[in-house]
Amino acid sequence: MEKIIHPKQLIEWKQKSLSQRLVFKKIIVVSSGTCGQASGSLQIIEALDRELEKRNLKKTIRIEISGCHGFCELEPNIIIYPEGVFYKKLKPKDIPKILDETILKDKIIPSLIYDEPRTGHKVSNQKEIPFYQKQMRLLTEKNFRINPTNIQDYIVLDGYQALAKVLFNMTSKEVIDEVEASGLRGRGGAGFPTGKKWEICRRVSSDVKYIICNADEGDPGAYMDRSLLEGNPHSVIEGMIIGAYAIGASEGYIYVRMEYPLAVRHVTIAVEQAKKVGLLGNSVLGSEFKFDIHVVQGAGAFVSGEETSLMASIEGRRAFPRQRPPFPAQEGLWGKPTNINNVETWANVPLILNKGADWYSQIGTKKSKGTKIFSLVGKINNTGLVEVPLGITLKEIIYDIGGGIKDNKKFKAVQTGGPSGGCIPADMLDLPVDYDTLTKAGSIMGSGGMIVMDEDTCMVDVARYFLNFTQEESCGKCVPCRVGTRQLADILTRITQGNGEEGDIKKLEDLSRTVKAGSLCGFGQTAPNPVLTTIRYFRDEYEAHIKEKSCPALFCKDLIVYYIEPKKCVGCLLCLKKCPVKAISGERKKVHVIDQELCIKCGACLEVCPPKVGAVSKYTGKKRDRILKKSSVERAEK
Amino acid sequence: MEVEELKIKSCITKYNYEKKALISILQDIQEEYNYLPQEALNIVSKTLGIPLIDIVGVATFYRAFSLEPRGKHLVTVCVGTACHIRGAPNILEEFERKLNVKAGKTTGDGQFSLETVACLGCCAIGPVVIVDGNYYAQTSIRKVDAILKKHRKKKK
Repeated sequence: MEKIIHPKQLIEWKQKSLSQRLVFKKIIVVSSGTCGQASGSLQIIEALDRELEKRNLKKTIRIEISGCHGFCELEPNIIIYPEGVFYKKLKPKDIPKILDETILKDKIIPSLIYDEPRTGHKVSNQKEIPFYQKQMRLLTEKNFRINPTNIQDYIVLDGYQALAKVLFNMTSKEVIDEVEASGLRGRGGAGFPTGKKWEICRRVSSDVKYIICNADEGDPGAYMDRSLLEGNPHSVIEGMIIGAYAIGASEGYIYVRMEYPLAVRHVTIAVEQAKKVGLLGNSVLGSEFKFDIHVVQGAGAFVSGEETSLMASIEGRRAFPRQRPPFPAQEGLWGKPTNINNVETWANVPLILNKGADWYSQIGTKKSKGTKIFSLVGKINNTGLVEVPLGITLKEIIYDIGGGIKDNKKFKAVQTGGPSGGCIPADMLDLPVDYDTLTKAGSIMGSGGMIVMDEDTCMVDVARYFLNFTQEESCGKCVPCRVGTRQLADILTRITQGNGEEGDIKKLEDLSRTVKAGSLCGFGQTAPNPVLTTIRYFRDEYEAHIKEKSCPALFCKDLIVYYIEPKKCVGCLLCLKKCPVKAISGERKKVHVIDQELCIKCGACLEVCPPKVGAVSKYTGKKRDRILKKSSVERAEK
Repeated sequence: MEVEELKIKSCITKYNYEKKALISILQDIQEEYNYLPQEALNIVSKTLGIPLIDIVGVATFYRAFSLEPRGKHLVTVCVGTACHIRGAPNILEEFERKLNVKAGKTTGDGQFSLETVACLGCCAIGPVVIVDGNYYAQTSIRKVDAILKKHRKKKK
C-alpha cells in the first residue's frame, strides 16, 4: 500500500477493496480474541483452512479472523455472512459438515445453533439472539467484520473518514465543541466530560504536548478495553489522532497492560500499518498535521492505571502517583501538557465526529450520554461483553441480556467498578445505570466490570478479597492507603476466619472513612468502597460471621464443614480417591465418612460426587459444631 | 547463570541509551534470562547512569520482574474477581499442594514457578490457568493433575 496523501484516496482505497471482495460468496468470521483462542478458535481456523482447500472453495469463501464477538460463553463461535448464521461452541470435527451443509447448500445445522437456556427456543441468526437483541452495539458491532491485523478491513467500514473530515473541514476548536456537545464523559471510571478535558489542555501553550491512551485495564473482572484493542484497534487510533489534532499534540502513547499479550500485538501491528499508509507521521493524510504513536507495555502494577502513576511508568520510573494540581493538562508527561483518556473514550470519538453530536446526545440519560460496554461476568448465564445505552436498568442487563443467574440460583448482588466500586443488592435492580446513580448507591460505574454474585457468594469474603487486592497493589507512597488498607484487610480476614469481635463493624467504618479522606490518589480514596457498600447492604452477613461464627453463604472455609450425608452416600469411592489428604474413610457400597480433623476443605469431594447422588453438603453455625463434635468422638473411638 | 555483557548492552542500545526505556530494557533482559540477574542490573546501572537502587526499586515495584531465577514452566493462576467467586482459591491451593510450593515460588527441581495474576480479562471462561502461554479454561480441582502432567511431559 502506498502512502495516502489526499483524503480522496481513502475512498478510492475503500472502493477498490470492496470490488476485490466481490468474488467472495460467503465470509466465515471466526471469533478469535483471547477468550476464543483459549477455547480453541485457532484449531477451528486450521480446520476451516484445510477443509476449504480440500473442497477447492478458497477462491469464493473467505475466512475472516476477528476479535471478540462478546458472547464469550459460547466460544469458539463463527458467523457466516451475508446470512448471519451463528454457530456456537464448535469443535474442529464440526467444520466439514458446516461447509457441506451451510456453505454449499444453505442448510442450517440445528445442533450447532443457539438455544435459549431457559426456553429451549432455537435461533440461527446472530442478530436474533436475545443476548444481542437488547444491546446497542455502536462500538463493538464492527468487531464482527474486522480482522484487527488488516487495516483494509477498517477502511472498508468507513474507517478514518472521521479523521479526514476533521483534518480538512474543521478547526481544533470546532472538534472540541462537537465532542463537548455530544456529552461524552470519560469511560475510565470518574466520568469527567471529555470535551472539557481536551479544551483545558488545548488552551495551555507549549512547544510539545502529549496524549495518552490508558489501556492499563487493571480492574479484575473488566475486559472491554482488551476487547476493543484486540478487535478494533484502529478505532482507538483514529480517536487518538482526532484528539491530538484538537489539542495540538504531536506525540501519543498507548499504555497497555502486559497481561494482555494479544492486545499488545494487535495494537502494535495497527500502529505500524497506520504509519505505513501515512495515517501517522509527519503529514497525516497529506495534511500539515504531524502525529506519532508509541506503544508501551505495562509491567504489572494495578496503580499504574491512575493517570499520574501511568505517566511515571512511561517515564521509566516506579508507578507512584503524585499530588494534583498541577493536573496533567498543565504538567504531565515529562512536565509537558498531557491529555489522558481511556481506550473506550477514544473509541467513541470517531463515532461522534462521523454521526454528529446531536445524534450521539440522544442516546443515554440527561447527564450520561452514549453507550457503555460492560463485562457481564460471574454467576450469570450469558457471560460476555455487552454494550448498552446508558440509563438501562441493572435488571435489563442481568436478566434480559444476561439470561439470569446460573443454575437457577438466587441473585444476591452485582459488583461494579472493580476494587474502587461496590456491591449493589437485589432490591436495587431497577436502578438505571449511569455515572450518577451508581455513585449515589455507594458504588461507581468504573471502567465497566459487572460481576454478578449469587447466594453462594459471601459478601464479607468479597470485601476481604478486594481489600486484600488493594493492600497488595497499594504503591506505599502515602500512609492512609498503605497502612489503612492493610488494617482493613486484616480485620476482614479475621472476621472470615471466625475471629471477629464485637465492634469490628464500627472499626471498619471509621477506618474506611479515614482512608478515603486521607489518601493521595484515587486508588486509596476509593479502596474502602467495597467494605462500606457490603456493610451498608449486607450488615446481617457481617453480624453472622462475628456473632454466630457462621457464614450464611457457606463460603468461608474456617466457618464451614463438608459432610457426607449417610442417607445419600452410595459408597462409590469417588470422593475417597480424590481427597488429597486422605480424610475420607469407607469401603465400596458403604457410607463414607470425613475425618473433620484432617479435612482441609478443598471441596474436591463435593466436586466429584455425582449430581444424581448429591451426598456431600456444606454446613455452618450450630450444625457445623455438632458435626465437628461427632467427628472428634468417632476419632477418639478409633 | 552467566551474564554476557554484550547481550545486556544490545538490550540497551536497542532503546538508544534512553533512561526512560528502563522498564522496556528490564523486560527484554527478563525475556532473555527468565529473571533479572544481579550482574545484568549492574551493567544497566553503569551504562545508563541510573543508580542501582533506583533500578532495583523499579524491578521490585512491578509484578513482571523477578530477581530470582524462575522455573522452566510458568504456571499462572488467575485470581481475578470472576475467577475468585468461581473457585480460583481452591485451584490455587491444589496447585500449591501438587507442586509443594507456595504461590510466588519455584519448585526445588526448578521445573515449575507458581504465580498468580489479578485478572487476565477472560472472565467468561474462568477459572483460568495459563501454563507457558497456554490458556486452560473452566478449570477445576480435578483438572489440575492433568494440566501439570501435560507440561511435565513436554520437557522430555
